[in-house]
Amino acid sequence: MLIPLLLGISLFTFTFTKALPGDPVLSMVGERAQPEVIQKIRREIGADKDVFRQYLGYVELLLKGELGRSYYTNREVFDDLLLKFPNTLRLAFAAMIIAIPFGLFFGLVSALKKDTFSDRLISSVSVTGLSIPVFWSGLLIMLFFSLRLKLFPPSGTGDIRFLILPAITLSLPSLATLARVTRTTIIEVFHMPFITTARAKGIGEARINLIHLLKNALIPIVTVIGLDFGSYLNGAVLTETIFGWDGIGRFTMEGIMKRDYPVIMGCVLFGTIIFVIVNLTVDIAYHYLDPRIRLHENNR
Amino acid sequence: MKTTGKIVLGILILISLISLFAPLLSKYDPERIDLDSLREPPGLNHLLGTDSKGRDILSRIVYGGRISISIAVLSALLSMTVGLAVGLCSGYFGGRIDAVIMAFVDLVLSFPALLLAIGISVLFPPGIYTVLVAIASVGWASFARIIRGYVLTLRESSFVEAARSVGCGNIRILLVHLLPQCLPLLLVVAGMKTGGYILTEASLSFLGLGAQPPAATWGSMISANRIYISSAPWMVFPPGFMIALTALCFNILGDVLRQKYDVRIRG
Repeated sequence: MLIPLLLGISLFTFTFTKALPGDPVLSMVGERAQPEVIQKIRREIGADKDVFRQYLGYVELLLKGELGRSYYTNREVFDDLLLKFPNTLRLAFAAMIIAIPFGLFFGLVSALKKDTFSDRLISSVSVTGLSIPVFWSGLLIMLFFSLRLKLFPPSGTGDIRFLILPAITLSLPSLATLARVTRTTIIEVFHMPFITTARAKGIGEARINLIHLLKNALIPIVTVIGLDFGSYLNGAVLTETIFGWDGIGRFTMEGIMKRDYPVIMGCVLFGTIIFVIVNLTVDIAYHYLDPRIRLHENNR
Repeated sequence: MKTTGKIVLGILILISLISLFAPLLSKYDPERIDLDSLREPPGLNHLLGTDSKGRDILSRIVYGGRISISIAVLSALLSMTVGLAVGLCSGYFGGRIDAVIMAFVDLVLSFPALLLAIGISVLFPPGIYTVLVAIASVGWASFARIIRGYVLTLRESSFVEAARSVGCGNIRILLVHLLPQCLPLLLVVAGMKTGGYILTEASLSFLGLGAQPPAATWGSMISANRIYISSAPWMVFPPGFMIALTALCFNILGDVLRQKYDVRIRG
């Protein structure tokens, strides 16, 4: 299942990057380099062969477990990806650690206090959170916390002090989406008969809220978390660029800007693998979270 | 909720009108470089100040709105059209066509939208049309999915059966009987999605993949001036505020429309 998908994606990205305007050799040596030099580099990176051969060569490389070398740094793309992935992973985890509890909490409060002042407040704040571009909120957060208050360093990659600001920035849209989704699903679940049953049995409100409501609202919530987490693992391009965080997103962006084909293709392939894994995990999570899905599958 | 809807609609119309009549309203040429008034703070001459090249921020915002809003609205229209066509066919014909189309739609939807749009926008030389294509080639999928689901429920209804029994062909049923039914739903989804397109356009411009300088867009104004955020915040605040305000109005409008028509949307 994974291998045909990857082959397809590799073919897609390959034709795709070939279609990019601009010649990598020219942007490497500059427009005024001597023709012999250009020819020599063409031969080195295999750009003189026909496109089909180039693709075969690329697949051969992939089968050996390599992604080729960057045209610029001449470093293995795979090594660079492995080097940068932990940073992206840390940022994605940190953002989720902030977004999940707050998003669930606000969504739950908003649903339980439906149509009161606090519900309206939370709903308006979360729709605003969805509308603010991260590159703007990131700049404002940076301005306030690191340039004015001097609490955190404004940019760079490093320990937790560097991590906090980008993580907060990245978490905001997820937090807002989570709060909204949680609110809608909880309100839906609220009217289901088993909640009335639970209340009739004399179960306390706190227990109903936490166990009965939240547990049954989990499926859409997990879907949102999975989608966001998956896209953060592919690199939060904007946030990483603003805060100078050395992750996959910035790596991809630099590759695109410099027409560094091996880097672009490597990032896309890597991203696809990550995405398949995350989606698979989410599917498995459904299985454990909702017995109805299990039943449905067994009866098929 | 009704008043909220009217208020945000009013704001959106106001912003659009201001952008439409930009040449009449702005005192300065948005692209004119004025070396005598570099980085001027807001004042009487320049209401919102000037940027690092002495260009009037207010004029640039008004002109930038033209690009940002028209791209967002046009991408919404383009996504709507493609999504409608695909969704109608997929839902109506069903079977294998439906399965293949929906597998593809799911693939598009499961990919991070911004990354996909970035990927597509580097395929073509940067500019307004590239952004349009990039946003629409990601955006059509959600329209297709929702319309397809709706057509699935309509397909079995009695008015379609009646049309078929009097001898209507597939094309006539699709265009005359099913398509008009989908329009309100289409409008609701467009209302919900356009706010996101404003943000995508701004992000692409911010990354330098949108309309090229010296043309002003809200996103590119932020990225060009972000190094001055501490010393000259007036260069960065207004464009960001406009992006957020416009996106917010569209998002609220989408919410209001959704509640009014009670549409439940998944995917």
